[in-house]
Amino acid sequence: MKRFDHGTRHRITLTLNGRMCSGYCEPRMLLSDFLRQELGATGVHVGCEHGVCGACTVRIDGVAQRACLTLAVMAEGREVQTVEGMAAAEGTLSDLQAAFRRNHALQCGFCTPGILMSAADYLSRVPEPTEAQVREMLSGHLCRCTGYTGIVRAILEVAGERAARPWAGGVSRV
Amino acid sequence: MKPAPFDYIRVDSADEAIALLAEYGDDARILAGGQSLMPILNMRLAQPRLLIDIGRAADLGGVLIDDGDFCVGASVTQATIEQRARLAQEVPLLAWSLPHLGHFQTRNRGTVCGSVAHADPSAELPLCLTALGGEVVLRSSARRRTVAADDFFQGTLTTARESSELVETVRFPLAREGVRYGFTEVAMRHGDFAIVALAAVVSRSEIRLGVGGVADRPRVQVWPRLAGEDLDDALNRLAWDLEARDDQHATAKYRRHLVRTLGKRLIEGLCEVSR
Repeated sequence: MKRFDHGTRHRITLTLNGRMCSGYCEPRMLLSDFLRQELGATGVHVGCEHGVCGACTVRIDGVAQRACLTLAVMAEGREVQTVEGMAAAEGTLSDLQAAFRRNHALQCGFCTPGILMSAADYLSRVPEPTEAQVREMLSGHLCRCTGYTGIVRAILEVAGERAARPWAGGVSRV
Repeated sequence: MKPAPFDYIRVDSADEAIALLAEYGDDARILAGGQSLMPILNMRLAQPRLLIDIGRAADLGGVLIDDGDFCVGASVTQATIEQRARLAQEVPLLAWSLPHLGHFQTRNRGTVCGSVAHADPSAELPLCLTALGGEVVLRSSARRRTVAADDFFQGTLTTARESSELVETVRFPLAREGVRYGFTEVAMRHGDFAIVALAAVVSRSEIRLGVGGVADRPRVQVWPRLAGEDLDDALNRLAWDLEARDDQHATAKYRRHLVRTLGKRLIEGLCEVSR
């Protein structure tokens, strides 16, 4: 049993994009705020703060979920991935990011980090989805710019590329 | 939107959780996946003094088949159930209804027991549990008791759970030979709470129809194998008996219309294949 009292800032440690990071939080601090304000991961976008818009979606232990419906203390000791961890260190985009750019799958870009996180998790579990499946997965994200067409095309394209090159391994598959 | 202050305790076992519930009662809320509770906390519709996080309690994470029931522990996520290869054979209603339940991203974290404990009248899992005649296992430091789903759900966000009790397990009866199961719903957008959701169980001798989203809790009606105008009349009576109300999502009239038309389509489809 581990207790965190209100009104006190507690130090918690988690792995962010492969690096151990610590920060301070009250028990009520949302993971979205913790990642942005304490750890500087401002690619985690905050939209509705009640789980509807999907902008804050991150991967915790590989699984896509809402950072605004998760307390920072719940993520203690977990492995958290955000959009900051997707591109390689020298800036080469991951295959998903590159496909989003090619297909005009973003305009203002506010919803994009969350969608990338969902798509990365989804393709790791459903490597060759149908268009209907991709659209169903995307129902958890709101995009007001693109009309989703480019997003769907980008995700399907990556699925096709990966199926055609299974030996490519996990190089750019964050 | 940020939650009001609370203390947070992460427990390692069910025993620790129920000891805390015994001490704090109504001042404490159980936190599992948080997909129902966290929005309420963010909007400050609930301001508990203590959150008891059972997400890492090893003894609450089990899924097992026991005595003809599919039993789901308190910290098991909806995605875990959805990904079972044989779910459509084990509990077909769950397989049909889970894709309608929120989104991929919320099912990854939301728990089965959490949705049941939350008791939203338009939620899919309470409806399926009631339509199947399932049960909820409640545990406090004093006792463990099993409550039929129909008795557990008492009204909007209101259940038979006492403040010292933990929803430990939910029991869905396994599919039976010769029985057909069907699910359908209408929502404004995919993944939204249903305006009307229907779960039907059709055997050789009877039709059970569960309706969610209309009354203040899931309601189940049992008929013999009606057909044609008899079925129309029965559905019309049920539609009126549910006492639908207008709200911002739909009118009462539209809800009655959905109960009649979707109900007929669903039941006739199931009766055809089981004839």
